[in-house]
Amino acid sequence: MNAQSAMMGSKEQLREKWMKPEVITGSEILLRSLLLEGVECVFGYPGGAVLYIYDAMHGFDDFKHVLTRHEQGAIHAADGYARASGNVGVCIATSGPGATNLVTGIATAYMDSVPLVVITGNVATNFIGTDAFQEADITGITMPITKHSYLVRDVEDLPRIIHEAFHIASTGRKGPVLIDIPKDVSANKTMFKPVTEVNIRGYNPTVNPNRLQTDKLLKAIESAQRPLILAGGGVVYSGGHEELYQFATTTGIPITTTLLGLGGFPSGHDLWTGMPGMHGTFASNKALQNTDLLINIGARFDDRVTMKLQGFAPHAKVVHIDIDPAEIGKNVPTDIPIVGDVKTVLEILNKDAKYAHIDAWRAQVMQWKEEQPLQYEDSETELKPQWVIEMLHRTTQGQAIVTTDVGQHQMWAAQFYKFNQPRSFVTSGGLGTMGFGFPSAIGAQMAHPDRLVISINGDGGMQMCAQELAICAINNIPVKVVIINNQVLGMVRQWQEIIYKGRYSHIDLEGSPDFPKLAEAYGVKGLRATNKEEAEAAWQEALNTPGPVVVEFVVRKGENVYPMVQAGDTIDQMLLGDSE
Amino acid sequence: MMPTKHTIAVLVNDQPGVLQRVSGLFGRRGFNIESITVGQSEEAGLSRMVIVTEGDSGTLEQIEKQLYKLIDVIKVIDLSSKPMVARELALIKVKAEPNVRPEIMGVVETFRAAVVDIGTHSMMVQVVGDTDKIDAMIELMKPYGIKELSRTGVTAMVRGNAN
Repeated sequence: MNAQSAMMGSKEQLREKWMKPEVITGSEILLRSLLLEGVECVFGYPGGAVLYIYDAMHGFDDFKHVLTRHEQGAIHAADGYARASGNVGVCIATSGPGATNLVTGIATAYMDSVPLVVITGNVATNFIGTDAFQEADITGITMPITKHSYLVRDVEDLPRIIHEAFHIASTGRKGPVLIDIPKDVSANKTMFKPVTEVNIRGYNPTVNPNRLQTDKLLKAIESAQRPLILAGGGVVYSGGHEELYQFATTTGIPITTTLLGLGGFPSGHDLWTGMPGMHGTFASNKALQNTDLLINIGARFDDRVTMKLQGFAPHAKVVHIDIDPAEIGKNVPTDIPIVGDVKTVLEILNKDAKYAHIDAWRAQVMQWKEEQPLQYEDSETELKPQWVIEMLHRTTQGQAIVTTDVGQHQMWAAQFYKFNQPRSFVTSGGLGTMGFGFPSAIGAQMAHPDRLVISINGDGGMQMCAQELAICAINNIPVKVVIINNQVLGMVRQWQEIIYKGRYSHIDLEGSPDFPKLAEAYGVKGLRATNKEEAEAAWQEALNTPGPVVVEFVVRKGENVYPMVQAGDTIDQMLLGDSE
Repeated sequence: MMPTKHTIAVLVNDQPGVLQRVSGLFGRRGFNIESITVGQSEEAGLSRMVIVTEGDSGTLEQIEKQLYKLIDVIKVIDLSSKPMVARELALIKVKAEPNVRPEIMGVVETFRAAVVDIGTHSMMVQVVGDTDKIDAMIELMKPYGIKELSRTGVTAMVRGNAN
């Protein structure tokens, strides 16, 4: 028996142990059900209403529980875990404030269609509705930001609910599902009967597309002169990146990938134009405005991509492939709607996809790429944030998993770290959640213990979840934490400079801690660089250090992200640099 | 596209919070609710909501699609796209001293409504019909002085031979 089959054997034995019908508490049912769903790692924070659950975890090591220092850290970590692995992320918090501290993280996951199962405790059922200590109506509060939610009233329902929750979270358009477990439900005992089937009458996502529609798309490609693919997070989430590669390269259609689609297509490829939208590339935005056939594959026409809707892709016949029918036609009128799983749709398309004879268009797109590549003015005296990102890319050959926070550094990471693999870029796109970048890296590292995980943060966002440095230190989670410190809320500064005529209001981050010292205080190595030479050296030291490291890059304060399209403008109205 | 009135029937799981899920969805997506009625359906465990809303065809399409995203929603039907019967009930407590009662009775009879209670200074009129009929009845009662008005909102069904 080789090592792998030995492991499989022990997994089977474990499964048998977990499946065993026994009279056990709701808490034990929860743990066993999580194990049966394949959960290997849970992020959580105990409190009164989940004490039975934590009691059941005493001395329990069938899955790993990471005790974060804030519930927000727990849910962002679970989110990072889910995005990096493709598996459902799980977190646990207590009732009331524990549960409400999860709200931002739930909304973050909901906006970006990330599969999470969020478990909250609640006061005992006979206390619900009495304004009891640490009571909050978390199912009510999170109704608009969850894919579905359950308030468990009877321990008998628990196995079914947990199984349904994992099914709902991880199928169709993925998303967070909340399970609220009152304290008495987690204490009550019943005979555990594992549930392995789901039967949810009102839930049946369409996976297979209507073939008439896919045929229409293939026809449209034949007659198009200037087709363009807009690929989004759906490509990554469906695992359809290889199918996308085949589709794009077979047809030879140029392709732009959204923020969440980055990594879904190799960024070094000739057909790739970069990211579109507000801080998208010149070539992507030009191509969108000139295409006559826009093939949206798993993107949702977010306003940061389309900018002003009237005037977006004005010449295009629009094709929209999405697993969520409600996305089709929501923002942009669609000529050929295709509802289905992106990977499945692409597999079908690839059977009949042919090379598109659009040489002139490809040449035009290539010319736009060459005419206005992403660029910045480098400096020998000051450290430029774009240069730092380029250095991170160069020294890691683009092989790292990169998580970001939100703001300028996020856009620079998207622009200058060239992603080639799916699930290697973890970023809060839809909600734009500051404080996400660092804890999500902890989750990503838990999902991929052997890969290099870099967390890129600004000096603002880093201070929103810095307490999780403790987790890295204690568990030796070797995340390389990069802080691009420009001493200011950079993206707000940029808007105030360009749109609010330089009236800088409350953006100065004076009083920030000495970040390397802060890291050291938690027992994490801290480094600082203020010029290129120091930057290269500090970064090499970070890479050569086995555990977690914080590296602060002190960069120029007034740097702006370009290109930039201002709110209210169409995407071809780009500011290309400071000189304009 | 002109906004028009739509009557939609939504078959939902009879679960705690389902009304909140549906009404919350309308609220946060900016869809308006003119009326909403909920009650048991022909199948145990399922309720039927009838919602009257206003919007253009694009809005209606979004409403239907967004409703279907709720796990507790089983089926959504745009009743107003088919021949349907829509009914509403109203109770109107109108000021009625003995000398005007015969006059009010006359209106009630014409409308095939009913007087369901008489007080010392008032009468309670029950009227069933489509929204226009109830609006008309209310208009006619106004001159006497409406003390209290309660409408159920519309419930509706597609006609038997319409499919």
